[in-house]
Amino acid sequence: MSVTTPQLGQARQQRLSAAPLAVDAQRVSKAFRLPHQRYSTLKERALHPFASSSYDTLQALADVSCEIRSGEFYGIVGRNGSGKSTLLKCIAGIYAIDAGTLEVSGRLSPFIELGVGFNPDLTARDNVLVNAIMLGLSRREAKRRFDEIIAFAELEDFVDLKLKNYSSGMSIRLGFSVAIQVDAEILLVDEVLAVGDASFQRKCYDEFGRMRDDGKTIVFVTHDMSAVERFCDRAMLIEKGRLLEIGDPDHISTRYTEVNFGYLPGSDDPGHEGRPEEARVRSVWTENADGERILSAVQGETCRICMEVEFKADVPQPVFSVTLRNDVRHVIYIPSSLQHGPVEPFRAGDRAIVRLGFQNWLAPSRYTLTPAVSTWDPDYRVIDQREDHASLIIDAPIRSGGVADLPTELEVERL
Amino acid sequence: MSTPAAAPRYRGPTAVGDDFRRLVNLTTTLAANDFKLRFFGSALGYLWSLMRPLLLFGVLYFVFTEVVRFGAGVEYYPVYLLAAIVLFTFFAEATSRGVTSLIERETLLRKIRFPRMVVPLSVVLHALFNLGLNLIVVFGFVLASGIAPRWSWLMMIPLVLILVLLSTGTTMLLSALFVRYRDVQPIWEVVLQILFYASPVIYVTSTLPDNIEREAMVSPITAVLTEMRHVLIDPSAPTAAEAIGGGVRLLIPLGLTLAVFALGAWVFAREAPRIAEDL
Repeated sequence: MSVTTPQLGQARQQRLSAAPLAVDAQRVSKAFRLPHQRYSTLKERALHPFASSSYDTLQALADVSCEIRSGEFYGIVGRNGSGKSTLLKCIAGIYAIDAGTLEVSGRLSPFIELGVGFNPDLTARDNVLVNAIMLGLSRREAKRRFDEIIAFAELEDFVDLKLKNYSSGMSIRLGFSVAIQVDAEILLVDEVLAVGDASFQRKCYDEFGRMRDDGKTIVFVTHDMSAVERFCDRAMLIEKGRLLEIGDPDHISTRYTEVNFGYLPGSDDPGHEGRPEEARVRSVWTENADGERILSAVQGETCRICMEVEFKADVPQPVFSVTLRNDVRHVIYIPSSLQHGPVEPFRAGDRAIVRLGFQNWLAPSRYTLTPAVSTWDPDYRVIDQREDHASLIIDAPIRSGGVADLPTELEVERL
Repeated sequence: MSTPAAAPRYRGPTAVGDDFRRLVNLTTTLAANDFKLRFFGSALGYLWSLMRPLLLFGVLYFVFTEVVRFGAGVEYYPVYLLAAIVLFTFFAEATSRGVTSLIERETLLRKIRFPRMVVPLSVVLHALFNLGLNLIVVFGFVLASGIAPRWSWLMMIPLVLILVLLSTGTTMLLSALFVRYRDVQPIWEVVLQILFYASPVIYVTSTLPDNIEREAMVSPITAVLTEMRHVLIDPSAPTAAEAIGGGVRLLIPLGLTLAVFALGAWVFAREAPRIAEDL
């Protein structure tokens, strides 16, 4: 995986700022009409000739402008229903825009989701060919790249199996493998990394790194702040169809958290029963034993989950914890400062980086991280919690089937 | 080809798109796939696409030659009946499946940018594959009933093309309307029933009274079937021009076909940019 060192990063930023625009959106607006009552039959329309003009307008995008440079890895962040997928569909040319201008230069990948149009009754072979043609390859090209696609998906043994007999992870692998073969300069990606098993996700991340190094423009919609911070050159935050901010990924990630938990400037803080804000988790990430930031950890090695916390009020007995949930949303492990007794008190204005290290014996999977700051006051009470704010992938050579692979002693006594 | 690649342009969803090869590629791929899947899992597989018109033929043949003696006096009535059923089935299949085609392709339309016209076109092409298979059977019957091959059989190609034009126009129109008005489907089912009896499938136009015959010939389907009888089966049967009362008047069914096609294309092109969000 390509790790951007500061110097390289600077050179990259310089190169990017001089690059031509790949996507130039100016004051783009898009509204959906939502009729109060759907007059979808001719009879109703005939009976109520004027009534059908009453409908609600859902302003999915309002005056959104952004300039994405050629070669840039650009994140679009926002909550569910914020309009980020609509923006992606407008860029992709699936939706027509109502107002503004939207110019795209370069071959654009025409899809926003993996495995669209896969037919469960067809074999993987047929599906790959159809899907590749749907995504813009010619028939000949699709056939030529077929072996490559199957090899990347690691599905050589299942080529002639019908897709309905595939696991969901296998179909996603197939979809991703086809998608990266599409010869596009601008890729649009909607939440692709939320699926598939751990080792394949690593492969996806690697592939993204490679495309990034190849100078492809990637527009990336996600909830996952750690991926944004890791990959994106810039990111944009939208909320209720409006552009809130465009900036560097770390900053946008913080702002996203603010929006996500109701800390919008000027708005009330809904989740805390009128209590003034006492502390805030500013960011969360994972480090290895050497203190390097990682997105995926190898089983058996030391792993540290870190969070930066800012205190807004005096907190005498803070408790720091992170909840790890696996890909089926089970809570697997909650590393916490509680095991070490009370932590020193913090005063308003203090900032701290908290590292919760552990010997990583978790089963291979994708984990989401929910950091929290709590206190004893006088009862246990959560001050700030960031649901699924980052993710971590655990790699392991062997899959045991359990949720943890604790080191096991073996003793076989032959009788 | 000569458009500069760097020219910035916004490509919203359109009916035809800017890449003709992609339109053709996608249409054939989707049609071939549908063809593959249509009778998937059934024991007889592809045979079913032949069986259905043949079974319909069997029923109608029995009723109209044994029970009501309808075909008496019509030379090669069974062969005509079969050929007419096959041609009408093409139109009926293309349009009735075409009505719901956009809704059935919803996921594709909402997730991928491609020329929207691909969807109705692939339905017509799929029906055309079936027609090709069925016509083989028809020609088998024609030869088996002792009709000698003639050069005029080649006229079947433009006749089928007229039907393709008519079906494509109708399918574009109905599929785009169905996105907004869901009762297009039941209405069209009834219209198809009416068209079946209004078209000379179980009878021939020459048995109609002259004035009715001329009016019936306004329908493109009727004109095509009448001409088919002349060129394929019975050279002594009246041509479409004779049946309608003069070659110039043939411009009416032809013009109607073109009008349906133009209307369908216009409505579809108008609706295409918003199809994905109205589904």
